[in-house]
Amino acid sequence: MDLIEELCNTYGPAGREHRVRAILERELKNSRFDLRTDRLGNLIAHRPGKSKGAQKIMLCAHMDEIGLIVTYIDKNGFLRFTNVGGVFSENALYQRVVFENGTTGIIGVEPSKDESKEGSKSGTKPKFERMFIDIGAHDRASAEKKVRIGDIAAFSQQVSYIDKKRIVAKALDDRIGCYCLVETAKRLKRKDHDIYFVFSVQEEVGLRGARTGAYAIEPTYAIAVDVTDTGDTPEAQRMEVSVGKGVAIKVKDSWFIANPVVKDKLAEYARALSIPYQFEILEHGSTDAAVIQLVKEGVMSGVLSVPTRYIHSTSEVCDLNDVDGTIKLLLRICTEGFD
Amino acid sequence: MLQDLKELCELHGVSGDEVRIRDQIVRKVKRYAADLFEDPYGNLIVRKGDSIKPRVLLAAHMDEVGLMITGIEKEGLLRFRSIGMLPNVLMAKRVYVGDSKKLGVIGHKPIHLAKDDELKKMLKTKDLFIDIGVSSKEEALKVVQIGDYASFGTAYSEDGDIVKGKALDNRIGCFILLQMIMESDLPVHYAFTVQEEVGLRGARIVASRVKPDIAIAVDTTSSGEWPGDGDSPQYPVLGRGAAITVADRSVICDEDIVRMIRKTAEEEEIPCQDKKPMIGGTDAGAMHLAGVGVRSAVISVPARYIHSPLSYASKKDISAVKDLLNCSIKSMIRKGKEWI
Repeated sequence: MDLIEELCNTYGPAGREHRVRAILERELKNSRFDLRTDRLGNLIAHRPGKSKGAQKIMLCAHMDEIGLIVTYIDKNGFLRFTNVGGVFSENALYQRVVFENGTTGIIGVEPSKDESKEGSKSGTKPKFERMFIDIGAHDRASAEKKVRIGDIAAFSQQVSYIDKKRIVAKALDDRIGCYCLVETAKRLKRKDHDIYFVFSVQEEVGLRGARTGAYAIEPTYAIAVDVTDTGDTPEAQRMEVSVGKGVAIKVKDSWFIANPVVKDKLAEYARALSIPYQFEILEHGSTDAAVIQLVKEGVMSGVLSVPTRYIHSTSEVCDLNDVDGTIKLLLRICTEGFD
Repeated sequence: MLQDLKELCELHGVSGDEVRIRDQIVRKVKRYAADLFEDPYGNLIVRKGDSIKPRVLLAAHMDEVGLMITGIEKEGLLRFRSIGMLPNVLMAKRVYVGDSKKLGVIGHKPIHLAKDDELKKMLKTKDLFIDIGVSSKEEALKVVQIGDYASFGTAYSEDGDIVKGKALDNRIGCFILLQMIMESDLPVHYAFTVQEEVGLRGARIVASRVKPDIAIAVDTTSSGEWPGDGDSPQYPVLGRGAAITVADRSVICDEDIVRMIRKTAEEEEIPCQDKKPMIGGTDAGAMHLAGVGVRSAVISVPARYIHSPLSYASKKDISAVKDLLNCSIKSMIRKGKEWI
């Protein structure tokens, strides 16, 4: 199994990223990086800069994925739950989930009591209160042998391909970013700039890990690598980003405006390397760079996004050519910096 | 009677106006503290014992929900904003307004004058006003100004195991920390924070200053025993012990610390129960993101009707939280380096 598949298939909802971290540690332990895990669980890999004018650059991708947390176990052994991060209830319906201890379940929903009302509008978006996880238990006691209140489940789905370069997986958001960082780290040859790779925790619940990671590092520049939405499916919301048309260089999202120096440099490198790229304006959502840019005295920040369809579903789709472009661009940043 | 709790609950201290609570706590803890510091934002930080590693910070917020005067009508009626309360719990309650503690009542159009649709709709704060018994704006301005706070006058009382009062959220937390400072010699930083109810504001500053290795928010949490809800989550329950948080809307608690707290409760036979996940937020939400990050947890006393003029809690739960904190901190300190 290749690394992308292993990363995507692995359990790692927000606050429970340790298995993803273990894979990344394994991948990076033979490279020339100092590895440490901070108090919140961020994995930080550092390679000190050699030259005198080395710039301190932080590259960041988040390890966590969305998940579900058990709030109650009913007398028949069904688990009630609520969301950890941005779970769309209609995407969650009838999906398979897995708990940290290997307990598996599927998500069901109570039949709507008022068909006429539900059928029209809200029927397509059931409320979490009406949904449950079926772990095959026959009563509360047998369910409690496997799961307790507060346990966190992740969606369970194996990687597949819908075309040679089109990968389908849960948690491409943002294991694909983690993969880009690891590949960049492995391929780094010249020792120029002072590079920190941060694999952050708890992005999906409010960009939490990146803040403390950046605080400890105090970088001059930061690049977050994450997925972004696209506008290339039938009747999609208008957005000038498509899967397979190159790495997206973020201009703006809900909470973030890219530093113009960083953004322009990214585009300049992409042109120099003949890497296809697209500028991205995301109207709903944000990523780690939004908090990193505001740490301490400020960090000049940008974002590289891998265009991805069906984000926060168990079948997120991206194109491996876009991933290759992202890695090449990251490598150039590490060697050339931002001057 | 828990005299210290009674005194703390009956003081007024709406978010941003915690001075009376802070002064009271300073009076009580002064002679027990190794160090005592009021920061520029209004937080009180009390150190007991030597400054050792791991550095443990316990935080309880001093502020309570309440009202702020935002306008005065020409009839002398006061308009207000509610800090942390639904308008339903405010109707016809007595409040004390401003520094002069002018008594007022929260007024609303009576049933005789209400139109049919008004009787059916959910109350809004803008439908309410405070009547301090004056009949013109000029008269009102003699005792009240815009920006004054208003708070409830609920008297504290006890009935067997049950304590009743206003502001149990979170004078109970303050009370527990106060008792620990007076009774225990554990080397701990205690923080009494401001402005939790308006966005966990004080705690972030405290954590940046203290730079703890471990932080625990001590707070209250809504209990879940409501009649008529059928087979729905009926927890936590008053009297069944300390409520332990796995995650709320502000923090996913450190897994190792939660595990250790649960194990401590089991070994020491301290009653504990689950807090409902992903509801509400506490000072831990601000503390765990301070500086390079702080491993954080929350231990709560379940309480009924919080964010209203009167709430209930159990003395047994208060003791359980205190015991659990004492025992957990002992084992944290014993484990030493593991947490740093």
